[in-house]
Amino acid sequence: MIRAGALTTVQDLGRIGFAHLGVPRSGALDQPAHRLANRLVGNPPEAATLETTLTGTAVRVRRTTVAAVVGAPCPVRVAGRPVAWGAAIRVPAGAVLEIGPATAGLRTYVALAGGVAVEPVLGSRSTDLLSGLGPPPLADGDLLPLGEPTGPTPPGADVHRRSGPPTELVLPLVLGPRQDWFTAAARNSLGAAHYTVASASNRIGLRTDGPALTWARTDELPSEGMVLGAVQVPPDGRPVLFLADHPVTGGYPVIGVVPEDHLAAAAQATPGTPVRFTPTGH
Amino acid sequence: MRTLPVGRHALLLEVDTADRAEALHAELLRRRAAGTLPAVREIVPAARTVLLDGLADPAALAADVTGWRIPPLSPEAGEHIEIAVRYDGPDLAEIAELWREPVERVPEIVGAITFRVAFCGFAPGFGYLTGLPERYHLARRATPRTAVPVGSVGFAGEYAGVYPRSSPGGWQLVGSTDAVLWDADREPAALFAPGVRVRFVAVGP
Repeated sequence: MIRAGALTTVQDLGRIGFAHLGVPRSGALDQPAHRLANRLVGNPPEAATLETTLTGTAVRVRRTTVAAVVGAPCPVRVAGRPVAWGAAIRVPAGAVLEIGPATAGLRTYVALAGGVAVEPVLGSRSTDLLSGLGPPPLADGDLLPLGEPTGPTPPGADVHRRSGPPTELVLPLVLGPRQDWFTAAARNSLGAAHYTVASASNRIGLRTDGPALTWARTDELPSEGMVLGAVQVPPDGRPVLFLADHPVTGGYPVIGVVPEDHLAAAAQATPGTPVRFTPTGH
Repeated sequence: MRTLPVGRHALLLEVDTADRAEALHAELLRRRAAGTLPAVREIVPAARTVLLDGLADPAALAADVTGWRIPPLSPEAGEHIEIAVRYDGPDLAEIAELWREPVERVPEIVGAITFRVAFCGFAPGFGYLTGLPERYHLARRATPRTAVPVGSVGFAGEYAGVYPRSSPGGWQLVGSTDAVLWDADREPAALFAPGVRVRFVAVGP
């Protein structure tokens, strides 16, 4: 690891099946990008990639390998020369693979043939920032093991899911389980309200600024299980969208849940991006 | 029992009391072991609810579950473990005062209770232990500590708990233990899993 960047972590598909022990799912926030990066280098989807945040990263490889950089678009260089973003690239032994700052969006995924082979914890190599499981965020000088490539690099180009993050984040919201904890005014105005992505957002949750959703009750909600994509509303009324490192239980009411296939866009929304929720029933 | 849909693939089952939530959780585990529960990714018990996440058809299960007979929890069911506790907590004197008991009686009172891990959360390996009689329920500290040492044993509200690692926290600390609550390299990683019975045994400093 030559330059770790603002926040670069190891991520895979996450830890499934341990929520009852207080273990978050974790895993790549933009799963389609993680999967595509792996596909481009011939890895299975569960191989671990590097997830960088905003400022990119730089790694030197000890053996000749194939890499792919997907997610937030950014300049990519190998040994100082510009190379393709979103395609399989050959990185010769000893060369530095440089992932520049994101030109749009937030999180870029770097897959290397064979995957990042740090020791799994409870079946996953993901860094979990909330509970501290998995490898700590990467630091300059860290040495990371690579797995054995499992198959040949698939020939031809893959199809990109999208060109870049949207300028407005529109999130469908399946109402419940606690929409009755909010005033009728809050529920009625939810679909029309304008929010923006707050800078305090992280892998635990996408925080928002905007009109407060007022509680209709003053009692406390006993702690209950939380799902990925839950929109929890603390007493200040600003919705928080739970991302991969979210706590498994929480004591604030959830007004609705954003379906999983919309969370990749949320993972790429930079602070200040306008957000609208579109409430739907089941 | 109330059934509350959570998104498109999860269901929250809500009951009136902590005891019923634990009995419901035990019943769900029984049904899963027997192969009569639909495939589910996570079963997360909490204070008054059990969350089922990763269901193909939450509405079908919601319709089915209301007809279930849920047997009350047997007092002896579940694995039993003992945790050796030194009564050296910074809040020991205050806890004794709030309980209106002499400090020397605290280990005896706590030691006589069989706690149950009702649910986990807050940190991997942290269990919310129920069983504390109502007269011993304690409010959280007005100002949380910025760092509670690993192994601290404390109370908050109707719960007792042990900190699996050092973290900020507002529980009233009665003592400490050397028991390793969480070790990802151990099988099982968590000493406290929902349903486990726990007794605190006093040891010298």
